Amino acid sequence: MSYSEETGRLLEAAGATEGAMVVLEAAGRSYRGRLMPHHEFSGPDIVILKMKSGYNVGIRVDGSSRIAVEEQPSEAARREEDVQSKEGLPTLSLIGTGGTIASYVDYRTGAVHPALSTSDMVNAIPEIREVANIRAKVLFSIFSENMGPEHWQKLAECVRDEIESGADGVIIPHGTDTMGYTAAVLSFMLPDVPKPVVLVGAQRSSDRPSSDASTNLMACARFCTESGKAGVFVIMHDTQGDDSFAVHTGTRVRKMHTSRRDAFRSINAPVAAHVDASGKVEVLEDLRDSSDAPVRVEPAMEDGVLLLQYYPGMDPEAFRPLIMSSKGVVFAGSGLGHVNSSFVPMLREACAKGIVVAMTSQCLNGRVNMNVYDTGRDLLAAGVVPLLDMLPETAYIKLRWALANTSSPEEARKVMVTPLAGEMGDRREF
Amino acid sequence: MEHPLTCGIEIHQQLDTHKLFCSCESRLSEEGVGSCYRRLRPTTGETGEIDRAALAQFRRNLGYRYQSVPGVSCLVELDEEPPHGADPEALDVTLTFAEMMGARTVDEIHFMRKIVVDGSNTSGFQRTALVAMDGSVEVNGRSVSILSVCLEEDAARKVETTDAEVTYRLDRLGIPLIEVATGPDMHTPEEVLEVAYRIGTLLRATKRVKRGIGTIREDLNISVPGGARIEIKGVQELRLLPLYVENEMKRQNMLIEIKGILNGRGAEPVPFETVDVTELFADCASKVIKGALSSKGRVLAVRLPGFAGVMNGDGGRLRLGAEMAQRARVRGVKGIFHSDELPAYGIEGRYVDALRERLGMTGEHDAFAICAAPAKKAESALEAAVARANEALVGVPEETRDPLPDGTSKYSRPLPGAARMYPETDVPPIPVTGEHMARIRESLPELPEEVAARLVRDYGINAQQASQLVRQGHEDIFEKAAAFDGLASVAATTFLNTYGELESDGIDLDSFPEERIIGAFEALSQGVFAKEAMPAVLREMASSGTDARGAAGKLGLEAVDEGEAESVIAAIVAERLDFVRSKGMAAVGPLMGPVMGALRGKLDGRKANEILVREIGKVL
Repeated sequence: MSYSEETGRLLEAAGATEGAMVVLEAAGRSYRGRLMPHHEFSGPDIVILKMKSGYNVGIRVDGSSRIAVEEQPSEAARREEDVQSKEGLPTLSLIGTGGTIASYVDYRTGAVHPALSTSDMVNAIPEIREVANIRAKVLFSIFSENMGPEHWQKLAECVRDEIESGADGVIIPHGTDTMGYTAAVLSFMLPDVPKPVVLVGAQRSSDRPSSDASTNLMACARFCTESGKAGVFVIMHDTQGDDSFAVHTGTRVRKMHTSRRDAFRSINAPVAAHVDASGKVEVLEDLRDSSDAPVRVEPAMEDGVLLLQYYPGMDPEAFRPLIMSSKGVVFAGSGLGHVNSSFVPMLREACAKGIVVAMTSQCLNGRVNMNVYDTGRDLLAAGVVPLLDMLPETAYIKLRWALANTSSPEEARKVMVTPLAGEMGDRREF
Repeated sequence: MEHPLTCGIEIHQQLDTHKLFCSCESRLSEEGVGSCYRRLRPTTGETGEIDRAALAQFRRNLGYRYQSVPGVSCLVELDEEPPHGADPEALDVTLTFAEMMGARTVDEIHFMRKIVVDGSNTSGFQRTALVAMDGSVEVNGRSVSILSVCLEEDAARKVETTDAEVTYRLDRLGIPLIEVATGPDMHTPEEVLEVAYRIGTLLRATKRVKRGIGTIREDLNISVPGGARIEIKGVQELRLLPLYVENEMKRQNMLIEIKGILNGRGAEPVPFETVDVTELFADCASKVIKGALSSKGRVLAVRLPGFAGVMNGDGGRLRLGAEMAQRARVRGVKGIFHSDELPAYGIEGRYVDALRERLGMTGEHDAFAICAAPAKKAESALEAAVARANEALVGVPEETRDPLPDGTSKYSRPLPGAARMYPETDVPPIPVTGEHMARIRESLPELPEEVAARLVRDYGINAQQASQLVRQGHEDIFEKAAAFDGLASVAATTFLNTYGELESDGIDLDSFPEERIIGAFEALSQGVFAKEAMPAVLREMASSGTDARGAAGKLGLEAVDEGEAESVIAAIVAERLDFVRSKGMAAVGPLMGPVMGALRGKLDGRKANEILVREIGKVL
């Protein structure tokens, strides 16, 4: 909600701008404080003042209220300092995309700004400079839910540029909501990437002393500089504490909690590596070694791919127009990979038309197996492609990428069942 | 005229509602489970800079562990989930109290994040909101200003501290607190107590505050003319308030006197320069020094020209040495020795002489201090001690102090600067509408004086008893006890006198479940024991955990019936037949002693008297 016309006029007439020291008289009382920005949820006739004690209070104004400016705000200069590089240390590139991790709060107003300058990002964790020389750039400043194919492509190209210009590793601070998708995207767009490319987020904003941003970033720096491994990964807290960090394979990771620090989990695959509180890195899986091989980017992404979660009562007719006009569909089916048998005729028709229809499970854990029940066998017979233990989101990303980088649906189907970036496997240990 | 004392208080009272930002219960637990390790990183400030001291602390790798408690802590306390909306009940209690203070409630409440990096808040900040300002409270005919009424969350409880970690339990974190701050309007120690009592009584009048030790905490801001603002933080025992104030006045005036002495001597700030004097103490018998040397420590010394006689002087009244030692201890040493207190503690005169010579001390007022500890720690401790000595040249340093159980206080940390506060963006602003306030005004609680008047009217106790009951917060339980026929007077005595007596023996009846106490009155009303036995019964209930009936039985205090009492009393009369016959009815008085000796707690005194009169009548 914004100010009412009357309140807006009152402030404007007094020349009261945000941050100004004002004296407000309302309902027979007088208040002195700094004018704060109007809160989205504040009443239209509420003026917010920061009192001398530091508290903000909302005061209701009306036609009889008066406001006088005592002092206009002064801009606090944000210090930008040159960061000297140290000889002998590896170089890490930080590519900012936005999100909680790359936001800072204006303590004066409380507004959270979604961008962070190079020096801000590095200065916030000075100890990172003891591990590596950091060069940072802000590529986007967006919430991760607003990320899409054009951002993915720019990001992949930016990663290539950074590696080609000498980065020993690339760290990508990212909003956590869709970080799993972006990790899958980069895993396919940067085949056999020769350096570590790590996505990292924060579940608590970096204005808080308790933020997980800096510990997660430090874990990234440690992994990039000490593991000697390459690939696309996500690094976040492994537990609720600040002493354990998991390195997840980019195609296997999913956000499994709305708010916990350890929200990110590897599904159907072990954690690739682990970093502890002291910075010790332990590689747990057979990862590719880092090398100086050239960087390939295959950034093409097909439009017209659907990700559908099957639910009881789902009406095939309601989805017919969508499915039949698409180029590919990934189902997160029930159990071992099922949808209502009433879908079978339409899916047979779709497959015959060259639409790639693939099956994953909404159970997330475990692989699909469509040979066990009648419906599964009917779906297989209709041409639906079972994707083993691939995550539905990863399958969606891979199908977009596969359709854009192959010349026929048949070829795309083959690509879908061929492991390219650790996205699927046929063994799951217990 | 300048007042000899200026004091303001801040009262923090826990509310008896759910937690402020989640639906966990607000109660403490004897046990915590699990432990989650966390760090708190000092954040960049407005200008993009990190506070150096806070960063230094962070780099020392100090970490925090948090124990959770089922039912009492959830993901919100662990900072793993954003806060929910503020508890509406807690908000209403705060608005009610603000209204009772005649304070002006804000029109929209904005919760803030107040940065706290000692680990007591998992988030690294305390959530707090200013709800009302500019009120006043009438105490003994004088108006004391109320600067602010805030609603905030309590911090986690410290359970254990080691060099590298502090462990907290999350049960207390998030319990709603009302914070009331008075103006600096109090000028005598007694007045401080009166104001604290009055505010405490008004808080309790809302009927929604927690009771018992630790549920109300007071911060004192004290200064004397020529002194400085000193904050004594977290006093839990109200009755000790005047003592803390008196002692702090004495301390500040003592420091002002020391400043006069030092300035009179022309003493100059001492440069910090340590001398390693370990070899002088190689065969010293002092336990502290032996202990330090056996673990590869060193003995370091500093010269303190001009400071002789003020570190411990005038018969122990001038005590700058104690102040220096407190600062040194904060750096992790057991203490320091200074020349005003030596020879002593196993450091004989010859060591002192050798030290003086070694340090080249020739001036009349030359003094020294030594510290035996690992070299780095000793160095750091003496640096703090010298800094404190130098501050004495200027006067009283502003600081925060911790209250000690004996009514004195010790150095805790420098007075914090202006709190760093910024908006809690996860909690939307809360409008306080006219209708809401009208509802609050309609249901304001009965004021303490109204309750007292009603107690006099309804239960026939005297006005002084009634107002004491209210002031001590026993009016509710009194009413329940006095509801039993004829027990109003016993109830008043129990809550006003017996409680105090038992408390001085370390028995805290306020933390007893109310039903158990009322159970004792019920048993009394049923004649299980006599009213004289109430103190003994309560004491036994506290120590053995039984109910009143069990306690009376255990103590052999079950009431006797009239027939049995008659035979006991008849026997007493028979034994003293000659005396009774010679004195006649005048024997009643002297014989009440042995009668009550035999029947105390088993028979009501008046009844005993009645039977005794009857029995004497029979033999005359």
